[in-house]
Order: sequence, then C-alpha cells, then structure tokens
Amino acid sequence: MSLIEVRSLYKRYGEKEALKNININVEKGEVFTVIGPTGAGKTTLLYLLDLLEMPTSGRIYFDGIDVTEPGRVRLEVRRRMAFVLQKPIVFNTSVYDNIAYGLKWRGAGKSSIRHRVNSILEMVNLSADKDRNARTLSGGEAQRVAIARAIAIEPEVLLLDEPTANLDPMSTSRIEELITNIIHRYDTTIIMATHDMSQGQRLADRIGVLINGEIHQTGGWTEVFTSPRNREVAEFVGVENIMDGVIIANEEGIVAIDIGGKVIEAVSGYSVGEEVCACVRPEDITLALSPAPSSARNSFIGEITRVVSVGSLIRVEIDCGFRLMALVTKRSAEELNLEIRKKVYATFKATGVHIISKRND
Amino acid sequence: MTEIWQGFIKAIELIISLDPEVVEIAARSLQISLTSALLASLICIPIGSLIHFHHFPGKRILINVIQTFFSVPTVVIGLFVFVLFSRVGPIGGVNIMFTPTIMVIGQMILVTPILLGLTISALSGVDKAIRDTALSLGASDFQAIVVILREARYAVVAAVIMGFGRAISEVGIAIMIGGNIKGFTRVITTAIALETQKGELELAIALGIILLSLAFIVNVVLIKIQQR
Repeated sequence: MSLIEVRSLYKRYGEKEALKNININVEKGEVFTVIGPTGAGKTTLLYLLDLLEMPTSGRIYFDGIDVTEPGRVRLEVRRRMAFVLQKPIVFNTSVYDNIAYGLKWRGAGKSSIRHRVNSILEMVNLSADKDRNARTLSGGEAQRVAIARAIAIEPEVLLLDEPTANLDPMSTSRIEELITNIIHRYDTTIIMATHDMSQGQRLADRIGVLINGEIHQTGGWTEVFTSPRNREVAEFVGVENIMDGVIIANEEGIVAIDIGGKVIEAVSGYSVGEEVCACVRPEDITLALSPAPSSARNSFIGEITRVVSVGSLIRVEIDCGFRLMALVTKRSAEELNLEIRKKVYATFKATGVHIISKRND
Repeated sequence: MTEIWQGFIKAIELIISLDPEVVEIAARSLQISLTSALLASLICIPIGSLIHFHHFPGKRILINVIQTFFSVPTVVIGLFVFVLFSRVGPIGGVNIMFTPTIMVIGQMILVTPILLGLTISALSGVDKAIRDTALSLGASDFQAIVVILREARYAVVAAVIMGFGRAISEVGIAIMIGGNIKGFTRVITTAIALETQKGELELAIALGIILLSLAFIVNVVLIKIQQR
C-alpha cells in the first residue's frame, strides 16, 4: 500500500474545474515532483494533499486512512505532514519562535523544543539570527526559516510548493542543497511542485506532469523527458519539434512517417495508417554544411530563418519544408558560420524521434 | 485664555498635592472605563474572530450594522439602559440603577461595536497565507486563530485603546444612568460638566487635563504590552 493514494480527485471553484480526475500514489520515502506550467493546479493539489482544503469529490487515503471526511482525523493526519507554501510566510516574531510553533502546537515540552529548534537552526545556518524578527529576513532567509519550521516537526511527508520561485540563483542552490540534505538525513516523503523542469530532474525520484488540472503522465524523469505520452507533455518538457503525420510504412520496427510531403523515419511499433506526432528534441539535431553520411536516416536541407542566442547555446530555426528548431553550441555555430538565409543540412537519428499516437490526446 | 492657563496650573497643583477628591474621581473614571473596555474586549475579540472566520448569509450587512453603531450617541445608550433597568423596566428588579456597575454595563454596550468592528478589520488585514501556514504546521482551528490574532496584535490593541478612549470620554451614559453622585458615581467627565455649570472653570479645565493625562498613560501601557 502506498503512503498516499489519491483516487478520482476533483476540485471545483465555482465554474472552474481546478483539478480533474487526479489519481496518484506516493510511496513512503520517495520524492515525488509535480511539474506543470503556472496555473495548472499544482498549488491546489498540494492544498488538498495537506488537508487544508476539501476536494469537491474523490478520495485521499493517507496510510490507508480516508482523510476526505471532515473531522478530527484530518487534524491528526495533517500533523504528520508539513507544507512549505510558495510565498515564504513567516510569523511576526523571532526566527526561534517561528521554528518552535509547530512543536508547541503538538504539545512538546520546553526543553525538547529548545534542543530541537537549536539543532535545526544550525542545519539551516541561521543560528546567528535566532532572536531576529523573522519579518526582517531576506526572501531566501525567510524561505529557509519556512523550511526549517516545517522539518522541525519531523514530518512524515513534506510538501513544498515551488520552493525556489522568486529566489536568486544563489539562494536557489542553497535551498536545493537543504532539500537534498533533508532527503538524505530523514526518511521523509517529499511532494514538491515546480514549474522548473531541471529542478524536478535534480531532486525527484518520480514525476507527475500536471497540465490544465489533469495528470497527463507519471513516471521517472528520463521516461517523461524522452517519452512524453502526449503532445501537451512533449511541449511542456521542451520538445520543440512536434510534427503531425501519418505512418505510411513499418519495416521491422522502423516506421516511415509522412509529415505533409516529407518523410521522417523513426523507431516505433505503430502500424500503417496510425496518426501520430513525431517529436524531436532540438538538442538531438545536428547541423552541417555538407550532406550527412548515408547511414543517417533523417537528413533535410533547409534555410536558416532565425538565430537566437540563449546562454551558451544558440537556437537555430530552419525551414526544411517544415519548421525545425536546433540547439547548437556557440562554438559550432561559429565554425559553421550560421546566419539567416544560409542553407544547412539538419540531421537526426531515427532513434532520436519519439512517436506519440494521437489517440493519447 | 487665562482660564486655560490657570486651569493648567491648577491641574498641576491638584496632581502634585494629590487632592483626595480629584484622585478619587480620577481613579473611579479609570476603574469604570478600563473595566468596561477590558470586559468588552474579552467578549468582542472572540466574537469578532468568529464573525471573521465564518461565512454566513448576511455577514456583510452585519458588519455594516456594526460599523454604523460606531457613531451611536451615548445618550441613546443611556436612554436604552435607563429604560431596561429603571424600576418599572424589564430587568429593573436587579436594582443597580445609579451605581458604577450599571455605568460599566452602559459603557460596554457603547464600545462593543467599536471592538467588534475593529477586531474584524484587524483580522481582515492578516494575509490568508498566515492561516494556511499555521494550519499546515499542525495548528488546530483555535491555535490558528490565536496566531492570527497575534499577527494582528497592533491593530487589536489599537481597537482596545479606541474602546477605552470612547468609554472614558463619554458623558451621556455616566450622567443618565450613573447620576453623578458625589463619592459614588461621579467621574471626570460628569465632574467637568458640573464644575463648568457651577462656574468653576479652572477646576473643570484641570480635570480635563487630568483625563487626557490618564488616557495617555493607558495608551503607553497598552502599547508596551503589545510590544512584548
């Protein structure tokens, strides 16, 4: 049995359906990350999981207990969890008292509170600030207090809502380090919401992709990243080349897909006539000035229509009769002297194409 | 203008000499108004919290009515309590007319709308995320309300100060149901009214200055308490 089981969960706010038919399991001790664009319903899901709000319908089981009925049991179960809200909220009192609150509410004794709070303060590196009013802290420090306050009660489940949103890169890496420490040090189950895919990758065991109130896919990071189940997930995880087509041939697992005149080859089990999307990650496309060796199955000549620099990489948009986005290093862009209207060969492997059946939408 | 100056000097004289009658009147004023403001706070802060944290039909209208009663004239409350407690009134039997007790009751009624209304608005000023954070850290509903009141403590104490200010400065209730009985129900405001009518302007002004000084001291004490 999973620690948390969510069954057919719905949440409506008036006319708006914030969550639709959510079914997830979270195992004890795992780090489960909910990723999805802003406004997808991630926060709502965490509020329901932390029993701060009631679902419109559906069930949540915590350790086998149905916690969707109002009553005392909800407070008892809520006390086994802690939730760090997206906006770091601190109470208008000292850093020490902020961290002590959860323990006080559980009726802990003064000396055990002192002992526990002091050791947590050390862990989050805020011992020197313990008598400071928490309202005077910076955003990153306040978030550390919020996390410290949550782990002080040694929760079985720690919920984190965008723990590093609105923080600068330095504070972000500190917070991530802190979360990693918690993962290693305690046997805490962590449920984290983030729109930052790379953060999901760094911290999560398993990922659920929440788009528009629905979980579209759950699985390991690599699985979601390389084999998105449908077009929405593919778009969210950064697959920029998504081409609609129909399978016109299948020879021993190598399919040919007609994408409106051009043919792409890929590895897939789908049979002829299946309507599909062919997904190619921009970093899987190589560019060259001369035709690729014949072994590469997919090679198209096209004209560069746009060159945009993003950090250390260059995004190149090519018109090959269909639009392709490629991501190349600054260095190779310079070597190839990539510029608008230049003709290049764009090449990608058949194994670099991920096929999604349109029936998954 | 000389009267004010004379009054000021007289006030200082009265304070320094600890004039027994003035001390007695001032102490009674303070006692009655503090009692009524604090008793009303004990009732109104919890009820105001209940109103704030519960959704029910007519909540908006109730709050509007409460706010309207901020400006209820003291003489209207005096009249209301008089009718209730006079010998032929519905609860005339308790026989407390013209006593400090009934003055406290009248002043409690007077400051109740202020304390309720300002408690509700103090709580409305607290970010909803404070409540969510408290609940998420394992607070019961009651513990969460205490935290939110703590967050709103400046505004809540300001409400108590307002209530006390309204109580100690009113004269309508004190005269109508207290009766301004010397040595028993005479308070600073009724004494000022009487001394003015008698033409003892200096004494009246001195009493006014003493009243304001008392209000100042109470303010300072309450603000010290909220800063703890």
